Amino acid sequence: MKKLNPVIKVKGFATKHSIKLSEKTLAKKELAGNFLTDLADVLLFINKIIRETFSRDFEFREFFRQCFQIGYKSLPLISITGAIIGIVLTIQSRPVLVNFGAVTMLPGMVAISLIREMGPVITALLCAGKIGSGMGAELGSMKVTEQIDAMEVSSTNPMRFLVVTRVWAATFMIPLLILYADGLGIFGSWAGINIKGDVSFVLFFSQAFGHVHFMDLIPAVIKSFFFGAVIGVVGCYKGYNAGRGTESVGVAANSAVVLASLLVIIVDMIAVQITDMLI
Amino acid sequence: MMSTDQIKSKEPVIEINGLKKSFGEQEVLKNISFTLINGENIAVLGKSGIGKSVLIQCIVGLIHPDGGSIKVFDKNVADLNRNELGELRQKIGFLFQSGALYDSMTVKQNLEFPLRRIKKDLNEKEIEEKVNAVLEQVGLADALNKMPSQLSGGMRKRISLARTIVVDPMIMLYDEPTTGLDPVTSDEISSLIIEVQKKYKTSSIIITHDIKCARNTANRIIMLSEGVVYKEGVLADFENSTDTLIQSFFMHN
Repeated sequence: MKKLNPVIKVKGFATKHSIKLSEKTLAKKELAGNFLTDLADVLLFINKIIRETFSRDFEFREFFRQCFQIGYKSLPLISITGAIIGIVLTIQSRPVLVNFGAVTMLPGMVAISLIREMGPVITALLCAGKIGSGMGAELGSMKVTEQIDAMEVSSTNPMRFLVVTRVWAATFMIPLLILYADGLGIFGSWAGINIKGDVSFVLFFSQAFGHVHFMDLIPAVIKSFFFGAVIGVVGCYKGYNAGRGTESVGVAANSAVVLASLLVIIVDMIAVQITDMLI
Repeated sequence: MMSTDQIKSKEPVIEINGLKKSFGEQEVLKNISFTLINGENIAVLGKSGIGKSVLIQCIVGLIHPDGGSIKVFDKNVADLNRNELGELRQKIGFLFQSGALYDSMTVKQNLEFPLRRIKKDLNEKEIEEKVNAVLEQVGLADALNKMPSQLSGGMRKRISLARTIVVDPMIMLYDEPTTGLDPVTSDEISSLIIEVQKKYKTSSIIITHDIKCARNTANRIIMLSEGVVYKEGVLADFENSTDTLIQSFFMHN
């Protein structure tokens, strides 16, 4: 058969614009893929924590050691910060209330703002910095120096020993630290009021707690447990999944603080919305 | 070192067949097959990054192979569930390249950690005696209450070895035991490896690129290259080999 000569040839072509578009699409696809993979990893991690929590051999000894590390060793930082927040809040609010002739409302206002919002959020952010980064760095360096592998080969479940204990210790101790910070903040507020006035301790506290209701405290305590859990999970997740190089320890600690702080704010926003709907 | 004649039992403790492992595009182990006989020491030689450490991490189930089989005491590692793998790991001692001592614990606590979990029937006195005995054996009885950060590289390796042998393992896996140590300390570690073989009747795989260590400790040598077993034999086979790769390896050391 005689070979036919084509008169029109069409080849696949791409303009610069279409190449740029496809590169952008690929990059977005990769980004979305990474995000979804990370999300799935975190969910699997949480699932493992829950499963290991209810396994036979809960590491109580290590859990109490972590409670001591997280709770007791954070006391100086939380004490100073809690007291200062109370003093500053009082000093800043006083002139405004004086203008409205409502200075007697000051103890109640400070107590409510501390219990409902300032105490939990500021303490949780401090804990994200101190405890979250500590967990990220400690577990990250254990990963880099093969200590987690060593634990695994000596028949110890590192997830149960290192992660579960830390997450639950954070979940229980951070709400206690928050309540402690609230208390010291209110005490600081009394000290702040007495800089420019003379209010007795008993009068201050009766004014402060006269405005605080049970339903101010409950949502704050509930969200504090979530703050604790978020800080524990993020710190452990970042540390436990750190890379093998030494720089990954810094990355784990840093990203633990950033992500935990961000999630604390997001959880707070959700908690406020839910509280607002329910009360 | 026990002579090959002394290793009377020909019973295999580890059997590796057609082991494959890739990381992404990189094929690290392509087809590894060999057997570790009860009571013998095998040195695995090869260039850095060839997959020697990956090989022993596959044996203890820290890394899951892509293909092939690993049988330890006739049990296929891939078929074991978490509890069974835990039981198997109790019979295997793993000396990590970095020592992997727990930074937050003292030397004593580091040694007690596996002991309390594996030998649950021991009482406090027996635990103390066992810890003191292994520390004595590695020559660091006075380091009992020190933190790992207070120890030198050689001391960390020895404490790490003590932590491994304190639970009386039947198989020892050494990941570059002499890397980063001075020649004198390297020789001391090699002597300890032989002592462990004799005293605890262990079978060992020694990952190294230190020919002196291999020469001192191994009954048999395996050389890895390009993801496969390049050569297997006794020391004399390697020393008399005319192969360029083997010669260059032995010449450099």
